[in-house]
Amino acid sequence: MSSSVLFDVPGPRARLRNHALTVLAAAGVLAVLYFVYRGFDEKGQWAGKLWHPFIEASTWTDYIIPGLLGTLKAAGLGAVCALVFGAVFGLARLSDHRWIRVPAGAIVETSRAIPLLLLIFFLAYLAPSVLGSGDYTLIALVTGLTLYNGSVLAEVVRAGVQAVPRGQSEAAYAIGLRKGGVMRLVLLPQAVTAMMPAIVSQLVVLLKDTALGYIIAYEDLLNYGFKIIPAVFFGSLVPAAIVIGIIYIGLNMTLSALANWLEKRSRRSRKTSARPIAPPGAVGLGAGAGLPEETTP
Amino acid sequence: MDDLIKYAPDLAAGFLVNVKLSLVSGVLSLILGTILVSMRVSPTPVLRAVGTTYVNVVRNTPLTLVLAFSALGLSDTLGLTISDEPSTNGFWLVVLGLSAYTATFVGEALRSGINTVPLGQAEAARAIGLTFFQSLRLIILPQAFRAVIRPLGSVMIAMIKNTTVSVAAGYLAESAFVMKDTFDDTGVSIPIFIGLALAFMAFTLPIGFLTGWLARRLAVAR
Repeated sequence: MSSSVLFDVPGPRARLRNHALTVLAAAGVLAVLYFVYRGFDEKGQWAGKLWHPFIEASTWTDYIIPGLLGTLKAAGLGAVCALVFGAVFGLARLSDHRWIRVPAGAIVETSRAIPLLLLIFFLAYLAPSVLGSGDYTLIALVTGLTLYNGSVLAEVVRAGVQAVPRGQSEAAYAIGLRKGGVMRLVLLPQAVTAMMPAIVSQLVVLLKDTALGYIIAYEDLLNYGFKIIPAVFFGSLVPAAIVIGIIYIGLNMTLSALANWLEKRSRRSRKTSARPIAPPGAVGLGAGAGLPEETTP
Repeated sequence: MDDLIKYAPDLAAGFLVNVKLSLVSGVLSLILGTILVSMRVSPTPVLRAVGTTYVNVVRNTPLTLVLAFSALGLSDTLGLTISDEPSTNGFWLVVLGLSAYTATFVGEALRSGINTVPLGQAEAARAIGLTFFQSLRLIILPQAFRAVIRPLGSVMIAMIKNTTVSVAAGYLAESAFVMKDTFDDTGVSIPIFIGLALAFMAFTLPIGFLTGWLARRLAVAR
């Protein structure tokens, strides 16, 4: 805990002060909760009628589960395509040939810089004129997710391969392997272990981003839960938001927990000489110096 | 190309809204994120629990849901109105949702920044008799901020790109919606898309360079 670093073991006065603060904070939290409760109550949001649909099986089988399947379908397709895209472009950026490296870099950097929704809108309007027929919203959503998350994953792959110590590839070349063999037999197997936590973290982002399908009317969990359910059961908007919010949070926290577990495991792993690389996007700083349990041996 | 020139004023007005949303939400999310991280390292278990719960809940909810809820749920159903003017109200609802969402990422970035501050700094702060808030304000947070300038820059860039999602909150003024609206009139237009994409890059790339430069310049020498 970083907290233990920031303050001493409290003495009698500090303990008193902390207890007072705890009581005050608890009172504050209760006040906020009561305020929310009152707000709901005033608008009649606790009425059993509004919540009733969510304990009926038909609501789940007709709306929530089909929506969840739509979300998982987009997320699954997007994840597979993004992983392939990321592997191809990540390795392409490591290529020795300038004519492969430079265009791959340009594509990756551009797709990362464009707002995802802008890309999805564009693809949704482009799809009918290019494809003729098909499920445009799904195609636009999956393509957008692939381009954006694939580009981030490409960076992860690149960082993962570069995280393998130089000596590994030097040794591999020394025993007579070619470029392909070095990559396939020595670098990638070690890099994959180091990349795994970052990949799973990015898949959480991908899963969350499938909710953008709501805006282009793709039938995902958010669309069923936030547009169709409140339309069918009039007034159930807030309960619906809370229920599908819980489903999203549950899914994402499960995946995040998996990422954390993988990171702990690959930190311990003897199968790789590469340190786990930081998850993409935000907060990548490696082991913290300030935390006792974070300082690795 | 003609389409781009014809609709340029509309698109520019839309993009200006993105810029405004980014500036206001950026400031608010930095403030809120700092408060969140202070709660998460505080000596009060209740505040720590509240901070952790808030971060876990909001960070794992899709932004689309957060924004749609702030408009349809908070405003329409629960009656939260910030302004009587519908467009101003919509703007601030988007700012509210976007700041609440981005603050969790700011908080996480800062928390990992606090982790980079060596143990001795906090111990020395305690040894000279600083209280928790004094050591946080004078010793820990300044170093934490300087350590995470680059990640904070990434968070801000993501936030700028996320301003396009304000369509979900029914706030139909920013450039992604203007682009979609234009496509409804003219059909898909590649120049418009490229123009808008370039505008976003022109906004985000300098932030990347600036934060990279600042991070090098302000790095804590250890």
